[in-house]
Amino acid sequence: MPLIEVEAVSHTYPAQSRPVLRDVTVELNERRVGVIGANGSGKSTFARLLNGLVLPDRGTVRIDGLDTRRDGKRVRQLVGFCFTDPDAQIVMPTVAEDVAFSLRRRQLQGRALADRVAEALRRFGLERHADHPAHLLSGGQKQLLALASVLVTEPALVVMDEPTTLLDLRNARLIADLVAGLDEQVVLLTHHLDLIDGFDRVLVFDDGRIVADDRPASAVTAYRQLIGAGR
Amino acid sequence: MSLLAQYLPGSSTLHRLPAGAKLLGLLALAVLSQLLGSWSARCLLLLVVLGAYPVSGISLRFALRQLRALWWVLLAIGIAQVVIASWPVAVSVVVTVLLLVLAAGLVTLTTTTTAMSDVVVRLLGPFRRFGVAPERVGLLIALSIRAVPVVLGLADQIRDAQRARGLSASPRAFAVPLLVRALRHAQQTGDALIARGLDD
Repeated sequence: MPLIEVEAVSHTYPAQSRPVLRDVTVELNERRVGVIGANGSGKSTFARLLNGLVLPDRGTVRIDGLDTRRDGKRVRQLVGFCFTDPDAQIVMPTVAEDVAFSLRRRQLQGRALADRVAEALRRFGLERHADHPAHLLSGGQKQLLALASVLVTEPALVVMDEPTTLLDLRNARLIADLVAGLDEQVVLLTHHLDLIDGFDRVLVFDDGRIVADDRPASAVTAYRQLIGAGR
Repeated sequence: MSLLAQYLPGSSTLHRLPAGAKLLGLLALAVLSQLLGSWSARCLLLLVVLGAYPVSGISLRFALRQLRALWWVLLAIGIAQVVIASWPVAVSVVVTVLLLVLAAGLVTLTTTTTAMSDVVVRLLGPFRRFGVAPERVGLLIALSIRAVPVVLGLADQIRDAQRARGLSASPRAFAVPLLVRALRHAQQTGDALIARGLDD
């Protein structure tokens, strides 16, 4: 597992006066890490730090020893990122083309490329949709495609920013089962608290800080108390 | 359904033909349609193009459906040509537009975007020395095609939201949120491209 090191990170977006992250320090090397917190608590910015999409105003972020500020490209080869809205992530018109887009840096051609794409689509049950327009897939299938396009590059770490938020219960469960079966290290942000059952570690964000860092049950209790929902 | 974003998977001869050959064929057809003098010859060419649809496994009904937005334009062109020229000229012009649109549609329907953008990348290869990045141009084409259904979907959502709130059709109330959402989508797509290693 790559070691994730976040050290004294603070960040404020240009158009805002309020910091979105305040002096966050954490080291993560567990296989399954959950991140929970209310909207605006800073968890999405935290996720974007991990592949260098956001470079912090202060502090450093290292993935497997690579600084996201200096080695952004190499960090992004290590870290796959799955967005909340798969429509924003799917950049090619058809299903197979989108998976192939992820592999362009591997210099694969012809049969080798087609085999690799077919294997990725089979893994996610999308093989029958290979040549279909991506925009005609259902929400769940789009999220599966987004995940397939990320995982086909074999990243060491997958960061998933609320991948089930736009999905119905059935598709959310499908994604949750797939995440549970991944060999890769996963950092999962979610509002669906049952998704982090069985995770190794859960961080709770509030107002730009990590206010709880524990096993899932204790972290969820802390989160519920924080938002006044009780048990 | 937008024709622009459609690729219909299949295994016909036209599907298997290289994209470059199909684009050259389209160019040749455009030249030929101009060289043919008589309206009857152009009609014959139109029949050939129409016949290529079922041969490629695509129904004629689908072929005609993609012309839905064009009928009024064709009618206007036809009437104008009858008034300022003659009916054989009107038939010639209308049939030429029809056959070229249908032929271009057939190429689009039987060619993946990747194959199409690969042709563009190859054609732009010699311009590398002038600072042109052919892969970027190819990606731009693919992204533009991918954006069509997304923007149409955003437009539908805004229209539905307006109807749900009982608002009358107002161009400004439609255009402003569409622009804002399209820009937000562009920003998200930019993030996704970086996350997927576009800067490699």
